[in-house]
Amino acid sequence: MKLKALVPLLLFIVLLVFLGKGLFLNPREVPSPLIGKPAPAFTAPILGDATKLFSSADMKGRVWMLNMWASWCAACRVEHQLLVEMLEHGLPIYGLAYKDIEKDALAVLEKIGNPYVITASDADGRIGIDYGVYGVPETYIIDKAGIIRYKQIGPIIPADLHEKILPLLKELEA
Amino acid sequence: MIPDIGHYALMIALLVASLQAILPLAGLSGNNEKLFAFATPMARLQSVLIIIAFIILDYSFYVNDFSVMYVANTSNSNLPLIFRLAAVWGGHEGSILFWVAILAIWTLAVTFFAKELPLRFRSTLIAVMGLITAGFLLFILMTSNPFERLDIIPFDGRDLNPLLQDPGMVFHPPLLYMGYVGFSVAFAFAIAALLDGRLDVTWARWTRPWTTAAWVFLTLGIALGSRWAYYELGWGGWWFWDAVENASFMPWLIGTALIHSLAVTEKRDAFKSWTVLLSICAFSLSLLGTFIVRSGVLTSVHAFAIDPSRGLFILVFLALVIGGALLLFALRAPSIGLGEKFDLLSRETLLLSNNVVLFTATGAVLLGTLYPLVIDAMGLGKISVGPPYFDVVFVAIMVPGVFLMGIGPIARWKKATVPELTDKLKWASVVSIVSALLVPSVMGKFTPMIFVGLLMAFWVMSSVWVSVSTRLKAIPTGTLRQKFKSFGPAFNGMLLAHFGLAVFIVGVTMVKGYEQESDIIIKKGEIKLINGYAFRFEGIKPIRGANYVAKQGQFYVSKDGKPVTLLTPEKRLYLAQRVVMTEASISINPVRDIYVSLGEELEGDQKGMWSVRVYFKPFVQWIWMGCLLMGLGGILTIVDKRYRLKKKTSKATA
Amino acid sequence: MISLHPLLLAVLLAFTSATFAADKPSSPSTEARLKSLSTELRCLVCQNSTLADSDANLAQDLRNEIRMLIDDGKTDEEVVTFLVARYGDFVTFRPPVNANTALLWFGPFIMLIIGAIILIVTLKKRAGMPEPAGERS
Repeated sequence: MKLKALVPLLLFIVLLVFLGKGLFLNPREVPSPLIGKPAPAFTAPILGDATKLFSSADMKGRVWMLNMWASWCAACRVEHQLLVEMLEHGLPIYGLAYKDIEKDALAVLEKIGNPYVITASDADGRIGIDYGVYGVPETYIIDKAGIIRYKQIGPIIPADLHEKILPLLKELEA
Repeated sequence: MIPDIGHYALMIALLVASLQAILPLAGLSGNNEKLFAFATPMARLQSVLIIIAFIILDYSFYVNDFSVMYVANTSNSNLPLIFRLAAVWGGHEGSILFWVAILAIWTLAVTFFAKELPLRFRSTLIAVMGLITAGFLLFILMTSNPFERLDIIPFDGRDLNPLLQDPGMVFHPPLLYMGYVGFSVAFAFAIAALLDGRLDVTWARWTRPWTTAAWVFLTLGIALGSRWAYYELGWGGWWFWDAVENASFMPWLIGTALIHSLAVTEKRDAFKSWTVLLSICAFSLSLLGTFIVRSGVLTSVHAFAIDPSRGLFILVFLALVIGGALLLFALRAPSIGLGEKFDLLSRETLLLSNNVVLFTATGAVLLGTLYPLVIDAMGLGKISVGPPYFDVVFVAIMVPGVFLMGIGPIARWKKATVPELTDKLKWASVVSIVSALLVPSVMGKFTPMIFVGLLMAFWVMSSVWVSVSTRLKAIPTGTLRQKFKSFGPAFNGMLLAHFGLAVFIVGVTMVKGYEQESDIIIKKGEIKLINGYAFRFEGIKPIRGANYVAKQGQFYVSKDGKPVTLLTPEKRLYLAQRVVMTEASISINPVRDIYVSLGEELEGDQKGMWSVRVYFKPFVQWIWMGCLLMGLGGILTIVDKRYRLKKKTSKATA
Repeated sequence: MISLHPLLLAVLLAFTSATFAADKPSSPSTEARLKSLSTELRCLVCQNSTLADSDANLAQDLRNEIRMLIDDGKTDEEVVTFLVARYGDFVTFRPPVNANTALLWFGPFIMLIIGAIILIVTLKKRAGMPEPAGERS
């Protein structure tokens, strides 16, 4: 048997391996290129009180989580209860109402609970663009030096909370 | 009750197909003719059963039997009849049954039309097709049963995706599948030859018409899909290098290479291993395409619902069928003989260089399609590979191929000389260069891309002309018609197909080089002048279709005061799924399409005005006319009496 | 909802979201540059559409953002870099040319050259071999 004739089969096996791996990947997920990079600086009005401002610089020296959400976002409701619990446990969750109308956002928080230490408003979505938001909800974990360490795409589910988020927060606080 | 019959039919078909595969193959080592004899009857029985199952499924659509889950998901009682019947292949389960039904049709064709093949070879052929059928039936029964019932019968179905409610839906999938699936015959021919350990010119002669037939269907299927996307999607695009488009294009490229390789093998009994490998590759790419479309591995407009468990099954099937075929190739191929010799410069070599180009082009498309997956699987991030890559790389590779296409038919078999070729082609080269410079100057815009595209197209056209005029001159007497007849359908078909490709290239080059898009905002009664045409907007007319309501724009188009046409683009609301769709309106013409698409009705201080997009697409219809000519050329080569010689002689001796 | 594919979903979403940011066209030259850039960029919501063709809110926002960048004097390359910095290489349909994509961009050409060489070498080797018995013309 000539070795040359085995080449097609060998190439095919390589292809199979990749296709097999591909079955377990999600081609639609867009990983963030900002991981390991400084969180884009922003200053935004606080939801409900435009005279007060919230700035990312305020959070320097502290570990915090930035959760992008909106009143019109159905998937955000999925994680809402969990976020409320997380706040009750003292986790530093800050919200950014993405492309939302103030009164709608406030109404939602009023109705189903406010899981945020502070919520700011990104009415035109430009802060979202800087953070590479493509579908709310998205949550970022930012460390004391202001570097983004983790991005959760989609609602936070208990498995992610326990396996990825809590351990990371512990590590960053240390 | 009736859908259950369909389900049972599939189960019995699986059993029969397995026998169709196992029994003849078991008889190979002992050359057991009794076992060989099972192939044809089993094949016919199983095919009929599958076709019955398919008819039953389509019947369920016809009578709106919403107790069948697939019908409830894909149809609706208000759906016009023709779309109800075509909806059978609108979703995953139905389309995979359709796949297997098409395979059944090809199987039946082989049992009826391949009678001149020796029993052993023919039975092996049928057995291999039985293996593939059995695999797909197993897949259907285990993961994708279209006959699954609902306990609670819904009042009405969820309707066919409105984008699919179009005549394109009636013709594109059948043509495409006849092509895709038809390459299984060439594949089976290759496997049978490898198992036989024997491969000669008769093998090539048998394989050729089957391969060409599948290729013709695929050519027409892809062309129709492209044309459908053009008028359906609202922005006048006709090819997006989308993963699923590529999945149908790759078998086509290899199929084209295979047709040309078969020509060399048939003529010189040479490069047989390579031809066999190409036969395996063509169908392997069809199977790969099936995997890509149904596994969710790549994002695509066309992909069916994502289901990794189905993906895994198909992957295993792929591994067994293709892996098995390539292993067999590795073990048996080298024992196939060397064949006759031919010169380094000869028609044979030029045909094989076509293979090098097409094989590389296929590799480029495969690489581009799968690269995002490869990068992601290796943890290197996520990239996109789209038209900016394919347009550059694919075209760059094809240009030398098209150039050689002008030389191949002119070159002699076995030995060609440079002086002879230059003498024959010098006139053609001058004409091509001059024309490629003339057209841009008339159109008022010159770019290197336009020049190269037109140069290649005119080069091929002039080469075809040289072929024809040389042959015509060689026959002193007879009418033009008689002379063409004497060339034989194979030669005429080849010329027509090559000419068709040139027409295609003209279409692509002109559209890409000279198309124009205008975004306008217009109110009722207003006239806008675009590209020398006057567009008068006469407002919106509300209309009602069978299962939708729409706002139809009325655009009166005139040129130099003379009326040209009325264009009526629509914004439709399909009632079942409550989905809005844009339906463009196109004025078709051999030298240009005018394409109008409604945007949005504006608000605020522009209330009552509409945003509208107007496209001018020069020569765009040449794209699909070229494909049609290629298909016709292919059909001509099949009807060549060389392939019917055996039957004629057997008739004479009878 | 299973077979509702992205294009339609996006259209539906466009009709259900609260805020609706319309495209704000700029000068013709800016629009022309926007067109050529956005046809090579991917919409991240309707991932099978280009940024030029997509009706999604994010697509409109990004188109407006690109307009601002162009009016600000940024080059085409800088606009793409801006988006890639935020969304990754996934957002551009033109893959970057780097060590990871060298195989992608150069592989086909190398394959073409190697293929041509193999063909010529194989034919030359055949020319040197004896003709098999029983010639056929």
